[in-house]
Amino acid sequence: MIEITEVPSPFCGIGTDDLSIQVEGLSLKVSANGCAVNTPAFEQAMTDLQPRINGEEVSLSEAVNHAAELLKNANQPVIGGCATDVNGMRALLELADKNGAVVDNVNFVGARRNFLAMQDSGWMNTTLAELKNRCDVLLIVGTDLESFAPRFFERYLWNQESMFLEDTSARQIIYLGKAPSGAASTSPNGKKAQVLPCSNEDLPQVVAVLRALIKGKIIAATEVGGIAIADLQAIANTLKAAQYGVITWAAGALVYSQAELTVQTICEMVKDINDNGTRCSGFPLGGKEGDQTANQVCGWTTGYPARMRFSSGMPEYDPHLYDSNLMLANGEADVLVWVQAFNAAIVPPKTDKPTIVLGRSGMTFEKEPEVFIPIATPGIDHAGHAYRLDNVVAIRLKKLRDSTLPSTAEVLSAMTQAL
Amino acid sequence: MLIKLTGGIIYDPANGIAGKQQDIYIQDGKIVNPPSDAVVTQEYDIRGKIVMAGAIDLHSHIGGGKGNIARILMPENHRLDAVAHTDITRAGTGHAMPSTFTTGYRYAEMGYTAAFEPAVLPINARQAHMEMGDTPIIDKGGYVLMGSDDYLLRMMVAKKDQKAINDYMAWTLQAAQGIGIKVVNAGGINAFKFNQRRLDLDEKNPHYPVTPRQILKTLATAVQELGISHPLHVHGSNLGIPGNDETTLNTIEGIEGLPMHLTHIQFHSYGTEGDFKFSSGAARIAEAINKNKNITVDVGQIMFGQTITASGDNMRQFANHKLANPNKWVCMDIECDAGCGLVPFKYRDQNFVNALQWAIGLETFLLVEDPWRIFLTTDHPNGAPFTTYPHLIRLLMDRSFRNDMLATIHPEAQKMTTLGSITREYTMEEIAILTRAGAARLTGLVGRGSLGVGDFADITVYSENSDREAMFSTPDYVFKDGNLVVKDGKVVKVTWGTTHVVRPNYDASVEKDLKDYFDRYMTMKVGNFKISDDEITEDGRGSLTVHPLKGAAI
Repeated sequence: MIEITEVPSPFCGIGTDDLSIQVEGLSLKVSANGCAVNTPAFEQAMTDLQPRINGEEVSLSEAVNHAAELLKNANQPVIGGCATDVNGMRALLELADKNGAVVDNVNFVGARRNFLAMQDSGWMNTTLAELKNRCDVLLIVGTDLESFAPRFFERYLWNQESMFLEDTSARQIIYLGKAPSGAASTSPNGKKAQVLPCSNEDLPQVVAVLRALIKGKIIAATEVGGIAIADLQAIANTLKAAQYGVITWAAGALVYSQAELTVQTICEMVKDINDNGTRCSGFPLGGKEGDQTANQVCGWTTGYPARMRFSSGMPEYDPHLYDSNLMLANGEADVLVWVQAFNAAIVPPKTDKPTIVLGRSGMTFEKEPEVFIPIATPGIDHAGHAYRLDNVVAIRLKKLRDSTLPSTAEVLSAMTQAL
Repeated sequence: MLIKLTGGIIYDPANGIAGKQQDIYIQDGKIVNPPSDAVVTQEYDIRGKIVMAGAIDLHSHIGGGKGNIARILMPENHRLDAVAHTDITRAGTGHAMPSTFTTGYRYAEMGYTAAFEPAVLPINARQAHMEMGDTPIIDKGGYVLMGSDDYLLRMMVAKKDQKAINDYMAWTLQAAQGIGIKVVNAGGINAFKFNQRRLDLDEKNPHYPVTPRQILKTLATAVQELGISHPLHVHGSNLGIPGNDETTLNTIEGIEGLPMHLTHIQFHSYGTEGDFKFSSGAARIAEAINKNKNITVDVGQIMFGQTITASGDNMRQFANHKLANPNKWVCMDIECDAGCGLVPFKYRDQNFVNALQWAIGLETFLLVEDPWRIFLTTDHPNGAPFTTYPHLIRLLMDRSFRNDMLATIHPEAQKMTTLGSITREYTMEEIAILTRAGAARLTGLVGRGSLGVGDFADITVYSENSDREAMFSTPDYVFKDGNLVVKDGKVVKVTWGTTHVVRPNYDASVEKDLKDYFDRYMTMKVGNFKISDDEITEDGRGSLTVHPLKGAAI
């Protein structure tokens, strides 16, 4: 048994890199700094070692050739999931370019709420170290932060020391919309977060009123979505008086129609505060299932985030049209490639179209795909790179064990060769 | 394989050759002596054609997080310039901020064989190298951005000695795999996080009692003492503010003779005269450059049309956000390290300020006398995309064309510039200095930017054409490390260039304090911060080339 320390995680999105992991052959045990997201993700047993065609075990080259044959004969292939490391995405985009495929990251429906706002009016954002050292007021909108990232408070808010705050436990935490599921947001000295709950349905209105108050508009109503205007006015005043306020949200949690408008209101509110003489930053939460990695690599390779297509030989972007689930459901796509190197529980959408799965070992299916290739997990079976939620920092993933599974990049490159 | 280029007219300023007809032999990727016995396997008859080394862009934002934000921010800009794949090239997009593959192809198709990313944030350096790693054909490298990082400012406040600062900078340079040190609005990016909205050269940061002048001096001293060939690469204070010509002159004076490269000097050469309180400071600045031999500049020429400004200077980008066209923009504070700002711009010839910016850039080109100390840039994509270089070369080489263009811009701007009275036209030799020999010398590249025996065979061949824009847009041949990569302005072979770095020595004990700092304040372990060589080379395409320090034996 060996123990590897300072292990970075590609699973939690917040770039924790202080895990200790004991390795015994193929089995891993998190011995320090695990959490509800990372521990099971690292410890998951490796069960599948052999590719399958229609449930029959085959060699890797047989599986690759069969997949390439399906792609060659497809009119409109789609590559979904897109949950892998940087090199995996590089190979994925090369295959898509050559094959005229649609590329669609599994989290794009959520991320789209951010992209639509960002591409329409922009934003002012910050990153984890700034938050850790500067943030004195954190407003959390519509999101249960601790279930999103169990160690967020411990690592980035209740850190003992910070460069610019005398007492990190004095940070003010405010929830707007969703209430926290646990007590992680309670400061080490016992101070509880302020919680102003409302339904998702009311959130657009509540956020719009908050922005209006920040801009100094007079609101005639006394409450909105069950929240007193006076309470929102207090939040507005707090943000305007903060040293370095941060407003955070998880686009994936804002599950309602046209939630991008709420994101836009938040982002414009941040700009308003800065324009009025106080620093404030947005902080979108994401980074799971390789979403930031997919969007970054697709961004530099094509100019667009990871919902685009190469069908006419050149990159085309449409955040609505190239939804792989809709394309499969509408009969617009005729072959699905599903790439999910991180999470065995995230399986391809149900479809009667031929499906090729490059999945994490241990993935189980309601309906066996035509081709299944178990692939290595970046950060466990091979080194690689993955992006953290703040989109600036790419972490260097480590290889922890020797497995025989091929990487995403190796399998996809072999498929490109076989085309 | 022995290649012969027969009868070209050579412009090789590094070796003092200007317009001499001479054959070139290439073997194993390098230029060789005429062999006495070996058989020529491939001959190119280029009699009468112009031959230069491959061009080198020493300041172009081709890799890193802010560039990718710029790409993603502007889908409508890409739609106008979608690039289909071919049998040998990948699909991609232009225009203002092209995708990585398209960037590599387009540079090569203009005869460029290297480009340097001038703002590599240490914390974002992995991304810069990964993007550059997906940029084919050309060589690349990066200047590592320092001067607003809290670690340095804390050291300065704690009065750490210069040696300690040198160690920290050398360590960071190696951790981020860079070839030079860049500073952007010294201390200003940091001050913006403390809600300071402007920081003059002698103004103290609200938290750390140090001034930009002190930061510049400290960094420039370190660069010199560490033996880094490329002088401190300075994006000055007060970018874009009328009256910043004074700041620039004070910056030159304040560096007290140390080598310093002032980048995109055009954006820092604005006076406050005239009805609109905006005037050209180019003549004053050029005079100072001519006088101070320690100073080099690149211009950051603007060109009319749509682009996006991508800068580490979020203090100034935030201040300019109301000029965003289209009206969307991004600013970021980044990891107690630096920041960035993206503001789309549409420079218009009928806008007085834009028109005068255009003229100021050209005045600077024409008034700085020594071609070895000025470099051809648009600060891609900030002044214009790099694909406008051939047009810019024509403006420099062709006075009547330049004056025709001048006659079309905003009339008040025409009155405020001396451009029409400047008779200078750049010669072919001077263009070769600006874009090749000088750039290689200033970045400390060994064996590049020149055509001597033993140099790498990065060679561009043009057909003589009095329309210099046409001539420099479509070289007949481009060779990269001896491979024919471009023919008649189109990529015919895709190769992968190297990443240029320098590695000054440092005391390994520097990491002790850094480990403590990372553990207490940062969000990753110091060991996970450092970029290992294999991260650049493990894909089988990338490579690292370590260049000697100044004064070291080659």
